[in-house]
Amino acid sequence: MKASNSPVKFRIGKSGFFKGVIITLAFSCVIPLLFILAYIIKSGITKINWNFFVNVPKPVGEPGGGIANALLGSAMIILVAAIIAIPIGIMGGIFLSENRKSKVAYWARLCIDILQGVPSIVIGIVAYFWLVKPSAFWGFFGWKQGFSAISGSLALAIMMLPIVVRSTEETLKLLPDSLREAGFALGLPFHRVILKVVVPCGVSGILSGVMLSVARIAGETAPLLFTAFGNSYLSTNMGKPMQSLPLLIFNYATSPYNDWHDLAWGASCILLMFVLVLNIFTKIITRRWKVQL
Amino acid sequence: MESTIVRSVDYNAYFGTNHVVKNVNIEIPKNNVIAVMGPSGCGKTTFLRGINRMHELIPGATAKGKIMLDNEDVMEMHPIFVRLKIGMVFQRPNPFPNLSIYDNVIAGYKLNGIKLPKADKDKIVEQSLTKVALWNEVKDQLTKKGTFLSGGQQQRLCIARAVAMEPEVLLFDEPTSALDPISTSTVEELFHDLKKNYTLIIVTHNMQQAARVSDKTAFFYMGELVEYDDTKLMFTNPRDTRTQNYITGRFS
Amino acid sequence: MKTFDNEAVVARGNNDPRVTTTANTSALKTTNRDRHSHRQIWTEKLFRRVLFGMGVMMVVLVVGIMLTLVVQSIPSIKALGIGYLWGTTWDPVRDIYGAFPFLLGTLITSFLALIISIPFSFAVAIFLGEYYPKGWLPDLLKNTVELIAAVPSVIYGFWGLAVLVPIVRSFESSIGQQPIGVGIFTSSLILSIMIIPYAASLGRSMIQMVPSHLKEGAYSLGATRWEVIRSVVLPYVKSGLFAGVLLSLGRALGETMAVTMVIGNTSTIPKNIFQPGNTMASVIANELNEADRVIYSSALIELGLVLFLVTVVINMIGKRIIDRVTKD
Repeated sequence: MKASNSPVKFRIGKSGFFKGVIITLAFSCVIPLLFILAYIIKSGITKINWNFFVNVPKPVGEPGGGIANALLGSAMIILVAAIIAIPIGIMGGIFLSENRKSKVAYWARLCIDILQGVPSIVIGIVAYFWLVKPSAFWGFFGWKQGFSAISGSLALAIMMLPIVVRSTEETLKLLPDSLREAGFALGLPFHRVILKVVVPCGVSGILSGVMLSVARIAGETAPLLFTAFGNSYLSTNMGKPMQSLPLLIFNYATSPYNDWHDLAWGASCILLMFVLVLNIFTKIITRRWKVQL
Repeated sequence: MESTIVRSVDYNAYFGTNHVVKNVNIEIPKNNVIAVMGPSGCGKTTFLRGINRMHELIPGATAKGKIMLDNEDVMEMHPIFVRLKIGMVFQRPNPFPNLSIYDNVIAGYKLNGIKLPKADKDKIVEQSLTKVALWNEVKDQLTKKGTFLSGGQQQRLCIARAVAMEPEVLLFDEPTSALDPISTSTVEELFHDLKKNYTLIIVTHNMQQAARVSDKTAFFYMGELVEYDDTKLMFTNPRDTRTQNYITGRFS
Repeated sequence: MKTFDNEAVVARGNNDPRVTTTANTSALKTTNRDRHSHRQIWTEKLFRRVLFGMGVMMVVLVVGIMLTLVVQSIPSIKALGIGYLWGTTWDPVRDIYGAFPFLLGTLITSFLALIISIPFSFAVAIFLGEYYPKGWLPDLLKNTVELIAAVPSVIYGFWGLAVLVPIVRSFESSIGQQPIGVGIFTSSLILSIMIIPYAASLGRSMIQMVPSHLKEGAYSLGATRWEVIRSVVLPYVKSGLFAGVLLSLGRALGETMAVTMVIGNTSTIPKNIFQPGNTMASVIANELNEADRVIYSSALIELGLVLFLVTVVINMIGKRIIDRVTKD
């Protein structure tokens, strides 16, 4: 550190000045967020009524449209994605945390890190080519080619995987080995040491990973563009196109119709609330459920 | 003539290529307290953990030789069966933090999926906690989590947990080194009672403890079993110079 | 489900719980427990195999993704060659494919967003890492910044379309540009808000890891707070901060929805930042479903492959730097 020639008062003043700059910049970057939140809520809350939840979008000009198809669609797509990703993700995380030195674990960890950085649209492309396009292959199993909710769920499941795997691995790595030793010394086999001793102590971390992964994919649009595609009608068929909240927002926001813009505002409000509540809820719950080691 | 319960024959243990326990031959008689002592890094803990097959849980760790429990070679059995017969208590008390005191005691059954009628479970809990002189202290708080007890109580809980499995041998890896003096003496008092039903092998860093609680003592140095004798004889008249040096404090 | 043998319990001496007759009780106990444990051993093997299978699956998944992208890009690579990436005209109607407008759009929006967001990210990182690491107000700031990353990008896009675009439009007229509203500039603005949390959160953890004895050494020589930050803290974490920048950049490069909604979706090279353009991600989002010819969709997939490789490399470099820094 070079000795400064400026008088001390000036240096202290400079220090205070920069502190002010830092504080200003730091707090001002949340202003756009707060403004966005306020704007979305304000624009959306007035469009939400009973019709909104229960009806599907009506043709332009007809009143009383709603987003029931998107709400149900999102719920179903997310549920199936979670069913696919959570068990695989937790098992993957257990594998990585209990096999720290194996070669396979090294490559698996590397691949999960790679997966975390892949843009969501690329995953959508891949899911398209795996489940939507190959009509000859799937036709053999009685599946007609085309967009489907299940392909959307697969794309979202792939996106959830790194979050669940990583948080499971990190949580379990933090648990002391003495816990595992206590289990082994009682004659417990490996799977019981993991499932009955280690995992129950790490439940809060694993749960937070799961909830965060759901919050992450709830708002994803790009992977669904070429998979679930969207549907103006209420559908429960996972093998056919299905609407989801983010898709609806994208399509209707970029449309030229004010009616549809209104629906998009209402949907945005709901989606935003859901994601925020889930994130905040996760933070509170995981603090509450942390096991005192 | 006391019968031998644990006998090791040319037992060797390695961490990778590191030869940490060298050709140990020892015969441990039933219902005795055996102290295993030696300077840091002498292999005593590795040897202890070899007896209940915990040694191989460390990646890269291997072992050779035989360890006979009654008439079976522990090295040939599946580790799970070994650990059902040989229990272990660790240096730092490690009760399961998410289980109550009651559940901690019967953890060996509960976590293994062995279903017992409530009456049996209650009996095991009461008997085990009584054996470690903990029953009266916690009998009204059985549903509280194990981690709310003091260090000494937690360690006694861990002993109760091991005892509940009705093992034949109990291994202790420096069981009082993390405890305060009063808890230490409470635990030491237990050894005298426990040996009526079990055989105890206790690794200890503390020579005075070895002299206080054990019937026989084994002295390890640099991976070898240097001397093994009745405790009184070992401490008053050691045969090997290394033992002599250790006991007189030339090195620790 | 095996039940514990009651007779063994009873046979064990009457009232004194400390006296055991091991003779007949051990045999009975062990057979029951042994039978149970035999099944456990089989389950244990199965469990380990399943876990291993999951590990393998993760590798297969990522390899599969890469292969799919490569295989689907082959028609385009074969027909258009490497010059495709430098071609300046994108006109699928006439079967002319040139990806340069998108490369340019992606790079400009991302770097512009980075330049705008970095001062804010670093300010948050320094504030939370150095000035006020603990307390309810810093916690609130930290959580709020993290919430920025939680908001779905389509919502940013919608807000951008409804609020930012008109503002930019009037700004553009006031400075003599064509008042379009959508364009590179607007997308960069939205993007810059969205990527703040990445460099901020990594920067904060890096700054918190600066050992206090280094800072104390400087303070004891009479340095002011700012001087310590500037000459001790920041140099110490400069690779960590760089990794944070890379993470933000990786995020910006792959962002699709918010950008698509405000960039104007014009496949020509923009003359300045106030003109509409396109990024690799946004052109894929807009045109893949319309691509009716193999070469058209293959050209788009090739863009996806480029996007994949670039973001993966950037993220990997970032992660390696973080690993190296945290290992010390």
